[in-house]
Amino acid sequence: MITTLLGHPVVRLVAHRIAMGLVLLFAASLLIFVGTQILPGDVAQSILGQSATPQSLANLRAELGLNEPAVTRYISWLVGAMHGDLGTALTNGQDIAEAMGRRLGNTLFLASCAAIIAVPMALILGLVSVRYHRRWPDKVISGVTLASVSVPEFLLGYIVMFIMAVRLHAFPSVSTVYDSMSLLERLNAIALPVIVLVMVVLGHMMRMTRAAILNVMQSAYIETAELKGLRPFRIIWRHALPNAIAPVVNVVMLNLAYLVVGVVVVEVVFVYPGMGQYLVDHVAKRDVPVVQACGLVFAAVYIGLNMIADVVSILANPRLRHPK
Amino acid sequence: MNDELRYMLARTVQGKMNRRNFLGRAAAVGLTASAASTMLATGLKAQTPQKGGVLKIGMQGGGSTDSLDPALAANQVTFQLLKLFGDPLVELDPEGGPVLMRLAEAVESTPDAKQWTFKIRKGVKFHNGKDLTPDDVLATLKRHSDENSKSGALGVMQGIESLKVDGDNVVVSLTESNADLPYLMADYHLIIEPNGGMDDPASGVGTGAYKITVNEPGVRYVFEKFDEYWDESQGHFAGVEILVINDNTARTSALQSGQIHVANRIDPKVAGLMSRAPTIDVKNVSGKGHYVFIMHCNTAPFDNNDLRLALKYAINRQEMVDKVLQGYGTIGNDFPINASYPLFDDSIEQRAYDPDKAAFHYKKSGHDGTPIVMRTSDVAFAGALDASALFQQTAEASGIPLEIKREPGDGYWSDVWNVQPFSASYWGGRPVQDQMYSTAYLSSADWNDTRFNNPAFDKLLIEAKGELDTAKRKEMYSQMAYLVRDEGGLILPMFNDFICAITTDVQGWVEDPNQDLMNGLVAHKCWFA
Repeated sequence: MITTLLGHPVVRLVAHRIAMGLVLLFAASLLIFVGTQILPGDVAQSILGQSATPQSLANLRAELGLNEPAVTRYISWLVGAMHGDLGTALTNGQDIAEAMGRRLGNTLFLASCAAIIAVPMALILGLVSVRYHRRWPDKVISGVTLASVSVPEFLLGYIVMFIMAVRLHAFPSVSTVYDSMSLLERLNAIALPVIVLVMVVLGHMMRMTRAAILNVMQSAYIETAELKGLRPFRIIWRHALPNAIAPVVNVVMLNLAYLVVGVVVVEVVFVYPGMGQYLVDHVAKRDVPVVQACGLVFAAVYIGLNMIADVVSILANPRLRHPK
Repeated sequence: MNDELRYMLARTVQGKMNRRNFLGRAAAVGLTASAASTMLATGLKAQTPQKGGVLKIGMQGGGSTDSLDPALAANQVTFQLLKLFGDPLVELDPEGGPVLMRLAEAVESTPDAKQWTFKIRKGVKFHNGKDLTPDDVLATLKRHSDENSKSGALGVMQGIESLKVDGDNVVVSLTESNADLPYLMADYHLIIEPNGGMDDPASGVGTGAYKITVNEPGVRYVFEKFDEYWDESQGHFAGVEILVINDNTARTSALQSGQIHVANRIDPKVAGLMSRAPTIDVKNVSGKGHYVFIMHCNTAPFDNNDLRLALKYAINRQEMVDKVLQGYGTIGNDFPINASYPLFDDSIEQRAYDPDKAAFHYKKSGHDGTPIVMRTSDVAFAGALDASALFQQTAEASGIPLEIKREPGDGYWSDVWNVQPFSASYWGGRPVQDQMYSTAYLSSADWNDTRFNNPAFDKLLIEAKGELDTAKRKEMYSQMAYLVRDEGGLILPMFNDFICAITTDVQGWVEDPNQDLMNGLVAHKCWFA
């Protein structure tokens, strides 16, 4: 049973993908390390800023172990990371796994709230657009979503903030969340960034759904279904959507990855304590271990979600599921 | 109470509107005379400090890399945190007078100003329940001054020869006379920690008015009032919350939507608009910080004093204050001191924009007419790109070819400032003239970013340090100002104001030119109406 399962092409494929993913992660960590070494200045200089003297700089460098060669520092970090020890931040001595864990939790919370709203909404609006293709509902949906995609996200953030927080006092403009908050308080706090993120990702996913289904709608079997007298929504839902799933899943996964790794601007505007802001702060201070750890997590999210997209598109396609 | 009424009440209490007018206006918005009188009485009562409430401050200038270790504090937020949980020996006076006593009760010096004795206050408790002792003070000063120190205050502490405890006193002996030592002890890094923070530098334990309860670097810090705080005249709030809001628009929106009571670093572009909102007061005070263009006096073509003078005459200071600072600032005079400093000589003639003189000196310098490259960046100071463009235009009017090179913000302080011969930059102020000049204009100073090497200036600076006669000292500082102004590599178009905004229910604001947010003491001295 197990051997047949292991021999199954899908399992083999997943195993292969995971192995590739690990290699990619390693390559990413190497790239990030090299990148941080190329950047000008170092952590000691960044910490002390304008008030530093050559002596205090030298003292701090020695204490942080910056006088070791770069290769030694990379290898000792790598060995630690493989043992699950991400080390402590050079700048404030906080445990990276703990600090990052909290930030990652916040980021995933925001991303999943946005995704729970945006993904079904995109699919439904996509289906509606196809159903009323080239009629007014299609045009309104396309127009609105395209407009919200085209506005830069920080401006979108300011507009939403001005209307919802400053004018209407409906939601707080500062989305800081912390441990002692209840779920309801948290949801209230992140309402504005969720609105903005939904507006940013909705258009992309909705257009892709619409395009993929429209593509399938040209097929002969759809015409057959129409001639059988099926209702238009049933045709789209039962016959067209399953065959359009692969490209839709791909674009959904890309947008989910964006929600996790690419929302730093929204985080800054709404003061949300997520991963993006955490990473940017540490890059500015050249705090290499933290940058490495964040890079690793981001790369893992990207690789993982893309892997899921690949596997789903294979499972959705009988031809790929049963290769000859 | 509606916003308009609240606004009028605040103005009446502040004495900007008279009582009769207030009652008249209150009637106009439909209030009975007796209700208006009661309201006014309550408003006037608000003049005396009230206890309680949680003050929320939204601040720019913090990051998730920040530490509670006082030695490593280098930005606005960490500065504010130290002020809340700790106390220094002495504090700067908002009026510019002698230092105010905090954990030190008295300060005395030997006549030559080489040995200083700080009498340490008794009955002061740390947040961990221990009593403050002179040994804690000694350990703190040692940690910031010993040769292995990585403290931001190391530069301040350099002249210390030895430190010792003598009964209730801590005695500081200096290698050279320094009449300004008490001012240096007001440095914000030098808050007293238990055993000087030798055991746990970032514990956040101090003697301050507020005790830290939540520390999420770069996000949020929560404080509660320390019940056993020794100074009952300060610290009126039940708690303080600091939110790090680096984005300018987010900070002002948070203030407008009532999520915070105080916001620092208001963008001059919106300060005027904000002051029109009825529930918000914009508080600006001219500080010691200044925006500068710096030339290396030892690098061609800036090694020619005529070229330096040409550039100094070619900048339009008033235009910069009007357009870059929107009027929230004062014009500079090419030396780093203004009226906020003690012993300032206000008789020094103001240098004005003069295209003819600029052209004259440029010609005299014999410069070959190749473009003079000036490096700038949006991180150099707020509005640096605009200021550079204005400078380029006014220089061009005198035939000086200025080429603006925009550098990336990341790495500007390590690769451009203090490295390239001509760049835009800023300086925060220092408590006293001596410290400002010693930090950046003494020829041997680490941060001599204009490469100013003038033996006469150095000699005056060292002599003035030990001069206890204030009239003579003032004269010396005046001479030094002329040297920097007429021969130095500093072009100083403007001193920037500290601009904060508060909601009108925050009372007791004091103008303090020393630093942002009333020198970090907003939570100590203010209260809720």
